[in-house]
Amino acid sequence: MPVSKMVGAKVKRREDPRLISGLAHYVDDIILPNTLHVAILRSPYAHARIKSIETDAALKQPGVVAVITGAEIRDKIGLIPVASDNPSLRVPKHYVLAVDKVCYVGEGVVAAVAEDRYAARDALDLIRVDYEPLPAVSDPEKALAAGSPVIHSEWPDNVAFRWSLKQGNLAGAFKEAHKVVRQRLVHQRLAPIAIEPRGVLARYLPGEKELTLWSSTQIPHLLKTQLSLMLKLPENHVRVIAPEVGGGFGSKLNVYAEEGLIGYLALKLNRPVKWIEGRRENIQTTIHGRGQVGEAEVAVKKDGTILGLQYKVIADIGAYHQLLTPGIPPLTGLMLSGSYKIPAIAMEITGVFTNKMATDAYRGAGRPEATYVVERMMDRVAQELGMMPVEIRKKNFPMPKEFPFKTATGLAYDSGNYQAALDKALKLAGYEKLRREQKKLRSQGRYLGIGLSTYVEICAMGPSAAMPAGGWEYGAVRVEPTGKVTVLTGVSPHGQGQETSFAQIVADQLGVDLDDITVIHGDTSVVPSGIGTFGSRATAVGGTAIYQAAEKVKEKAREIAAHLFEADPEDLNFSEGRFSVKGVPKKGLTIQQIALEAHMARKLPKKMEPGLSATSVFEPSNFTFPFGTHICVVEVEPQTGRVEIKKYVAVDDCGRVINPLLVDGQIQGGIAQGLGQALFEEVVYDENGQLLTSSLMDYALPRAVDLPHLDLARTETPTPVNPLGVKGVGEAGTIGSTPAIVNAVVDALVPFGVTHIDMPLKPEKIWRLCQTKEPAQARGGR
Amino acid sequence: MIPAPFDYVRPTTLDEAIRLLAANGDEAKLLAGGHSLLPLVKLRLANPKILIDLSRISGLSGIRQEGDQIIIGALTTHYEIESSELLKQACPLLPETARMIGDVQVRNRGTIGGSLAHADPAADLPAAILALGAELRLTGSDDERWIKGEDFFLDLMTTVLKPTEIITEIRVPVLSGRFGTAYLKMPQKASGFAIVGVAVWIKVEDKACTAIGVGVTGLGAKPFRAKEVEKKLWGKRIDHTFIDADASHVDHGIDPLDDIHASAPFRAHLARVYTHRAIQEAVKRAGVSMPSR
Repeated sequence: MPVSKMVGAKVKRREDPRLISGLAHYVDDIILPNTLHVAILRSPYAHARIKSIETDAALKQPGVVAVITGAEIRDKIGLIPVASDNPSLRVPKHYVLAVDKVCYVGEGVVAAVAEDRYAARDALDLIRVDYEPLPAVSDPEKALAAGSPVIHSEWPDNVAFRWSLKQGNLAGAFKEAHKVVRQRLVHQRLAPIAIEPRGVLARYLPGEKELTLWSSTQIPHLLKTQLSLMLKLPENHVRVIAPEVGGGFGSKLNVYAEEGLIGYLALKLNRPVKWIEGRRENIQTTIHGRGQVGEAEVAVKKDGTILGLQYKVIADIGAYHQLLTPGIPPLTGLMLSGSYKIPAIAMEITGVFTNKMATDAYRGAGRPEATYVVERMMDRVAQELGMMPVEIRKKNFPMPKEFPFKTATGLAYDSGNYQAALDKALKLAGYEKLRREQKKLRSQGRYLGIGLSTYVEICAMGPSAAMPAGGWEYGAVRVEPTGKVTVLTGVSPHGQGQETSFAQIVADQLGVDLDDITVIHGDTSVVPSGIGTFGSRATAVGGTAIYQAAEKVKEKAREIAAHLFEADPEDLNFSEGRFSVKGVPKKGLTIQQIALEAHMARKLPKKMEPGLSATSVFEPSNFTFPFGTHICVVEVEPQTGRVEIKKYVAVDDCGRVINPLLVDGQIQGGIAQGLGQALFEEVVYDENGQLLTSSLMDYALPRAVDLPHLDLARTETPTPVNPLGVKGVGEAGTIGSTPAIVNAVVDALVPFGVTHIDMPLKPEKIWRLCQTKEPAQARGGR
Repeated sequence: MIPAPFDYVRPTTLDEAIRLLAANGDEAKLLAGGHSLLPLVKLRLANPKILIDLSRISGLSGIRQEGDQIIIGALTTHYEIESSELLKQACPLLPETARMIGDVQVRNRGTIGGSLAHADPAADLPAAILALGAELRLTGSDDERWIKGEDFFLDLMTTVLKPTEIITEIRVPVLSGRFGTAYLKMPQKASGFAIVGVAVWIKVEDKACTAIGVGVTGLGAKPFRAKEVEKKLWGKRIDHTFIDADASHVDHGIDPLDDIHASAPFRAHLARVYTHRAIQEAVKRAGVSMPSR
């Protein structure tokens, strides 16, 4: 990279003023004349046959325009898509509104369309659905047991798919092992809870034959393709716009029933149609994350060298697949080597249907599960061997010179220096002093715990060969006649701040003022193609496309300048946005001046096309692998089970940093969500599949007061995978934090003989564990 | 989150409000801060035909001293209670408790009368009301009555309020002499309501406890006064035995709530722990100097 000014600078988010002052336009802020509104009657049962539906009374209600059942539209709208190349995958028919049967609480059954939202909602109360309740199963382990209720009659075993991975001499590893440590691990279901729920607005123009669909989505381009297939419309007559999107965390990396349904209704009724999700619907029918129950086994030598790891896991799929449902648990498999040299690894996944909402990608998507398994097991193994957590980790790290480091799971970690991040975190935390304090406090009956997580994750998704629908990204840079720079990106930021960071990249490349650059995203008719924002890919893949496009623009400008100066392009200097002839610094033109020449096109080199713009599609050669160390210090009160976080240190390495403020923000938000999983978040269904955490009065999200002060620091190990050297940071905080917090709480409770606690670490669980045994006398540390 | 249709009226006098209540019976609901009612209405768990907004009735809000009593208007918000200099001096248990309700938005809108009338089993204020021996003024169509807090709550979200009665005032004593108060709770993580909350008021004369009130919320179907605990400590000398006193009677006769946030045994355990701690804290705040052990 050239010497830079903007890249690496703490530039404030340019997005924030409009967000903070309420001037942004989310789906619900887009008002079209004559719009109809939709409310959806949803199943109150986890499993039931639909015997009959009576809609006449609703239809007669003033303001009600249409009442639509699943049976009426089953042949008109395609099935909700799932992207997977797993040959064992079983795909139940997933209609946009239930046909004959409902399989989870919240499944859409009838849509009421009315002149306003109130009339639409009132209409739902007048619809009579006669259900015949069926036995339901919500626990994935029970769903596998003989005699379980069957969710889809084609597959009486409730198995949705199987997936396995086996590399290295596992049998040998377990035979040779000094010890084998086993642990059952539960990754509870979580609700992503973006602050803006989903929402869809659709408009069909019969003259132009164009369907425009505004959706709160992370993937407008993929949605456009899928929507055209679902609605059997030519793809070049479909336009998808992701306006301002209020967070996603993976939950909007999907194609949902309502997107197909609302698009269809706009076509059918020939009026704009809008549906805005309520928070209860959001918890019921927007995908959930995690949902794995597994058994991990680690074979280890006496000196702490890990020989092998085996993880058998049941993945709780829910009743149907959403877009990437079957693709998430295998990501756990791929990352099971963690940041360690583990010569033999095996994983077996059984995806299981349950009478619940589908699981899919939620911030981290499979990697938090892997990191949790590996980091929890490292502590378990250390405890069994009488080693310290730091010691066992250092023992098994690959050395910096071993990169690219090939794992038994078939990945090649691009670059890394795991020791450096760990050492920096230990120093920042004052680790040795903390251990002494822990010993002292234990002798006073106070329980301090220190937890580590030395994670590695997989980002920048990814090489197209490894992705279900392309892993490249599109970028374009155009210098307008007036010198302003328009940047188009195929990624779809929804809070990440790339309107700022991409402008920083372009500002440096073209030497243009940041205020002269605008970054446009999210409209398939403005940005010709793209994949979207997920998998911490936007900057590493999309940012690189922008960087390459800017590079092309610069080279074209150089040719034009050389032509105008009658000089050789090689004889031009480029500095601060200005080309000048070497040795004649006064003779020069800025890129912005050249843009006008390029558009006037009177004095261009022969055969050169007018205009000053370029596009680039970047196809990454590999994933990237950010890493780091999180250290959490807690105090646990055995009498009440309360956990207080006393200190939190995170050293993250996401490669080269474009904007430290954005990176810190991502880490902070990620830690908040990781903390939520560790301590209190959980989607709870009862055994009959009723959702018990259906509002934020029962589903506990972390709040500002729950967060400790975060000591954030970085190491910077650039990736060789892209010219920017950036790895990605959107999910690192979530991935790194959860095991650090759980390890800290378990460490605090060692005197009580505790070796493991399943998340969330709610006070009652901790209290119960502390009841079973009198605390051992302080021996200090472990 | 769209309520069923309802009528909305905003009377300007108490008489008018009571008349509207009488005229509409079960179909009417009073609207004060709305922070309990509106979510229920939006979820259609409550479907009143008419909402009677009390906000324009003058005289229902405010905090004033009358002799050795403090009178709090039913429409006084949690924030007003939390920030009242008069209460901080004369009855600090109420501001301390109000400060722990929900969040800023809830405290800015929610009212003491609304909270008490709603009778959520995990609301914070009832614990303090019970500990203080507060009284509620209930105004009806023909008469009005003062009722003690401990007689007000009947069961889960059920009170002695008649269909035509409105809580108009709450009366708490001006605490004088040497006293200490404390409210401690373990919040339910999602809602902020109390899994268990314990409010204690203790009066001290000559190093003895000459009066004590212990109000408990969150544990049972209704908030209650822990009389067994009070009885054991009333009149006792305040020493280590006193503050180490067994609080295991606090759940005596109570059938603890049991839900996904806390089981019945855990709630009962927490009630004992928090009762014990609240008593210790109140003693400390009363400034009783304890000989070292």
